[in-house]
Amino acid sequence: MTILSARPAIRRASSSRRFIALALAGVVLLIAVVASVALGARPVPLGHVWAALTDYDGSSDAVAVRDLRLPRTLLGVFVGAALGVAGCLMQALTRNPLAEPGVLGVNAGAAAAIVSAMSFLGVTAPAGYVWFAMAGAGGAFALVYLLGGGGRIKESPARLAVAGTAVGAALTGFTSAVVLFDSTAFDQFRFWAVGALADRGMPVFWQVAPFLAGGLLLAASIGPALNTLALGDDQSRSLGSNPLVVRGTAALAAVALSAGATAAAGPIGFVGLAVPHAARFIVGADERWLMAFSALAAPSLLLIADVTGRVLGRPGELETGVVTAMVGAPLFIYLVRRLRVPA
Amino acid sequence: MRSAVLRVGPVSTRFAPRAVLAGLLITLVAAATAVYSLTVGDYPLSVSEVLATLSGHGDRASEFAVYGLRLPRVLTALFVGMAFGMAGAVFQSLSRNPLGSPDIIGFTTGSATGALIGILLLGGGSLVIAGSAVIGGLVVAALVYLLAVTDGVVRPGQLVLVGIGASAVLASFNGYLLTRADLGDAMQAAVWLTGSLNGRGWEHAIPVGVAVALGGVAVLCLARPLDTLALGDDTAGGLGVPIERVRRALLIGAVALTAVATASAGPVPFIALAAPQVARRLTRSPDASPLVAGLTGAALLALADLAAQRLFAPVALPVGVLTAALGGVYLVWLLAAQRKAGRW
Repeated sequence: MTILSARPAIRRASSSRRFIALALAGVVLLIAVVASVALGARPVPLGHVWAALTDYDGSSDAVAVRDLRLPRTLLGVFVGAALGVAGCLMQALTRNPLAEPGVLGVNAGAAAAIVSAMSFLGVTAPAGYVWFAMAGAGGAFALVYLLGGGGRIKESPARLAVAGTAVGAALTGFTSAVVLFDSTAFDQFRFWAVGALADRGMPVFWQVAPFLAGGLLLAASIGPALNTLALGDDQSRSLGSNPLVVRGTAALAAVALSAGATAAAGPIGFVGLAVPHAARFIVGADERWLMAFSALAAPSLLLIADVTGRVLGRPGELETGVVTAMVGAPLFIYLVRRLRVPA
Repeated sequence: MRSAVLRVGPVSTRFAPRAVLAGLLITLVAAATAVYSLTVGDYPLSVSEVLATLSGHGDRASEFAVYGLRLPRVLTALFVGMAFGMAGAVFQSLSRNPLGSPDIIGFTTGSATGALIGILLLGGGSLVIAGSAVIGGLVVAALVYLLAVTDGVVRPGQLVLVGIGASAVLASFNGYLLTRADLGDAMQAAVWLTGSLNGRGWEHAIPVGVAVALGGVAVLCLARPLDTLALGDDTAGGLGVPIERVRRALLIGAVALTAVATASAGPVPFIALAAPQVARRLTRSPDASPLVAGLTGAALLALADLAAQRLFAPVALPVGVLTAALGGVYLVWLLAAQRKAGRW
């Protein structure tokens, strides 16, 4: 029953069930990608969409598809996968199923750095924020990790979460002080703070892609070791993995993923928490399956939210971050109720 | 020595000496901060002048400064801090999560939504804002509670998860409202959302005071069953605790405290989260008692408000900026100190 100490009742899902779930998640993601390229504020007939992809003619339809929707979809897939996997890593690392990238100070660090860049240095474009956001997020997480006991997290996983909240709160205080005195920065910040995929384009994608790809690879490499970690440090050691190294790697991967995602799209909070959590009920507690499923389900949620925002908000659009929770949370609440979460 | 027993004739009670000591110490800090806050301002007074005024021997000017301006604000700070601290302690032990706070059942984001609607759509004054904030918070808390009930039982874990979902929806709705509002209104909303004690008078201090007194008594009466609940539902049930009733009463008490405090000062961040954590470390007990957590909250908010008024004088910061910074830095320091001492 304890939320904190126990990993939620570890249920073994049968492997055929897991394969089906994973395949379904893949299909949903595929549909989401197609929808994200095909649908938008500007109605483009499907034929033109295809033509824009295969035979670029420079028409405004083609520009919308190729220069706006394609980069945006690509970014959505990567950012979504990053958030989902980062959530899995954070939850495994802190042994707290409520952990998410935001809990460990990443969003607060990015926000503080971005607000400083806006207010003190006059940076205005998303491509300009990215490095500040990465640096802020990375710095905040490093501090949290050190305060949280570094590799010795096992003695009290709660400590990491408390450290994250403390650092996050201090940084948030700083952020609000800056924006309350600087209405220009506040005006930009309120748009960044909802989180969006729009207007990022390929430059932002290429800036964060190495971090996201590296983080995903690192995460994939420690999947089995994370499983042994859940058995406790002694068991883990006797099974041939070094808990200190595994935790360090998981932390590194988590920070690369969440810092990259936040830098690219702003603080999109809910995905990193809800997707891994829901995934645990569907594919069981095996970290490898959890991460694989989250890497497919999280971008689906993000892209579906993004497309919904574009369609509902016509002729403008609703920010991705606004819609993500509106789409995801009712589903999440339904799952929690339906599956009688044994948290 | 973890606990001691006090016997007076036929009555006996168990208490933890360290908690009592810590409680007294924190009360002392809060009182000293309060008295010092009464001395500073545009019309400086000495400590003896303040004490003279409080005992009814002051001149007109100091009476106005103390009773008209400073005392209501200081009292609001103390009461609001106490309310948040107690509510936080209750939520953290109910949810058995050190990150538990009234936020987790969506109260804070709900009240923020209410206030945003009050400011941006109804264009209201402070009474409208306070009212819509409380209504928003209560509606969301009730909704979360109802959604979390399955088979007539509320599991704390489910409550937290549903709360997180609801909070996420509302937080993004709040973000949406803020981005669509006119910049001036949005700034006003941002100040309210930060939490501020600027310009608080008796009309703010008295309601919170009453609520803290009532809610405090209720929460304290339930402190023992709350301790027992920490052993797990089965054990607590076996020991004769009416689990559901106790849990519901505690939830209602904590939400009511949060509601009144939020109406007076806005959703001052971090007190509900940090106060029980700080109290827990000061008393070295696994669960902070709501009373000590409340006192810690009071001291924390009074200190933060003093700093918010004086640090950048004559510009008065909203206290929320400082509670976050102060509480965060203090917790960081505590963690670092414990790390050095090799505890944990």
